[in-house]
Amino acid sequence: MFPGRVPTDRRAFLFAAGSTAGAAAAAVLGSTARAADQRAPPGAQYFEIPADPTKELGRAVAADGGYGSRSQFESEVRWRYPTPNEYTSWSMTPLDKMLGNLTASGLHFERHHGGIPTIDPLRHMLLVHGMVSTAKKFSMADIKRFPSVTRKYFIECSGNGLTEWNKPTLKTVQGTHGLLSTSEWTGVQFATIAREVGLDDGGTWVLAEGADAAVMTRSIPLEKMLKNGLLAYGQNGEAIRPEQGYPLRLILPGYEGNTHIKWLRRLEVSDKPFMTREETSKYTDLMANGKARQFTFEMEAKSVITFPSGEMKLPGPGFYDVTGLAWSGRGRVQSVEVSSDAGKTWYPAHMESIPEPICTVRFSFPWIWDGKPAVLQSRCTDETGYIQPTLAQLVAIRGANGPFGSIYHLNAIQSWAVAADGSVTNVHA
Amino acid sequence: MFTRDACVGAASLCLAALPLTVGALAQDTPPFGFGSPTTQQELAKFFAIPPDGRGLPPGSGDATLGAKIYAQNCTSCHGDHLEGNPAKGVGGDKLIGGRGTLATKTPIKTVESYWPYATTLFDYVKRAMPFNAPGSLSDDDVYSVVAYILAQATIINPTETMNATTLPKVVMPNRDGFEPDPRPEMQLYR
Repeated sequence: MFPGRVPTDRRAFLFAAGSTAGAAAAAVLGSTARAADQRAPPGAQYFEIPADPTKELGRAVAADGGYGSRSQFESEVRWRYPTPNEYTSWSMTPLDKMLGNLTASGLHFERHHGGIPTIDPLRHMLLVHGMVSTAKKFSMADIKRFPSVTRKYFIECSGNGLTEWNKPTLKTVQGTHGLLSTSEWTGVQFATIAREVGLDDGGTWVLAEGADAAVMTRSIPLEKMLKNGLLAYGQNGEAIRPEQGYPLRLILPGYEGNTHIKWLRRLEVSDKPFMTREETSKYTDLMANGKARQFTFEMEAKSVITFPSGEMKLPGPGFYDVTGLAWSGRGRVQSVEVSSDAGKTWYPAHMESIPEPICTVRFSFPWIWDGKPAVLQSRCTDETGYIQPTLAQLVAIRGANGPFGSIYHLNAIQSWAVAADGSVTNVHA
Repeated sequence: MFTRDACVGAASLCLAALPLTVGALAQDTPPFGFGSPTTQQELAKFFAIPPDGRGLPPGSGDATLGAKIYAQNCTSCHGDHLEGNPAKGVGGDKLIGGRGTLATKTPIKTVESYWPYATTLFDYVKRAMPFNAPGSLSDDDVYSVVAYILAQATIINPTETMNATTLPKVVMPNRDGFEPDPRPEMQLYR
């Protein structure tokens, strides 16, 4: 848009204002604008579709206000799991629609315990105190002055798949595995900050606290914080998204998602864990004998086929490029195998990129479907030699004491049944 | 040895020399000097209460006052009888009951049956409750409502006062119900 030129068409103004602002403006401006906006999916803007785009001029450069949006023909969105309360709830990444390895920031899964706060980065401070030589506070400007690192890591909620322990429940891979996302994160290593404040002898744990309504807290081993804890302000090349912790989030590579404290405002070094509500009453794994495992941080090796997956329908026998994602919280994925006969026979899958530590890798497998019923599975082995288990193996270890027992850390092999008519369903096999 | 001031004037030279410079500094010397000291006053508004009760504020409360605080602030989500409310738009946890169920097929996890430390209850209520007005209760109110929940759970006597001394001494029924993570299980390796 040219400087000083006022758009005459209200819809053009909304589009120029960018999708989010446009949607908000539409809600205010009334039904005409709202109707126009609803013709485009979330994150997109609607434009009239020319009969032949080569016969008329396209849109002006930067007419979108300088921040792009996705195509109006692309509609995949996060799906909120229907918890009773929409402020403490989660939304899931549409893994069946994702391409490549990174998750689009706007499709990164969410888990909030008290809604998404709005935080002014100019007022946000990180306090680092407790068993340190010099307790300090850091503004976002301070934090960004430290040397930064940029690394790709997955984050997976420990509750990913919690509906699937006893019977196949959710129908799509978005429902069964969508609490998994991968981003490139940019920030300052905790170790850099630790040196800045000085660590006292005897410190072994660090409390991380968020600035949301839940004032979310988790105790993290100091050793982990020093190994690869990252205070991230960047995600996929831009500022971290509000629902991912803007302006500052703790990234703990390979640890369960809820420890990656969003809206990070405080780190307190201690000689013992604080036994917060999240690490006692919530994110613990109640076993069949009535004892609960605590501080079960690591997300173990896991993989899933995303194509074909639940609710899809294959058009007929022939070639299919079976593809999916594999990851491990303990390091690199070493290998992925695929089976089309429910795990009786396994074949090596192709890795589409060189696996990175604690990062998803996309795999693929050329499959000729003969048109007969089949059960597709994938399993991965990580660099420690750990092999992704079957559900039966996991249940034998953890027990299956109902929907309130050991519901977290389900990393079992996923089965998709392909029926003779090509329809694909979530099964236990 | 370069100083940081010298670095500003000789940036390109300093870039090459910086790793050596940092390595030569004493272990406890902050290499960057970013950030500013915090005061005790600034830190005083933050808290996280571990089982030993460190950081519990002054004040006190009992179940009698706690019943009133609960009725005013908690019933819409947690029910008149602490039984929880699963209704759409609410989804409040059940707070009492469930003792003896943890090793069954239908475990019921509540403050009474599952939470290992009473200090956690104080920390969480002060931190994040009431759900729609977090942090709005006074410390006396928090002690009171904690006393009420613990008394309703028959963990303390209804006449007991909860304060910074008494709360950490409360022994929760599931105090020894937790064990460290034994993973990875060796049978899952190749």
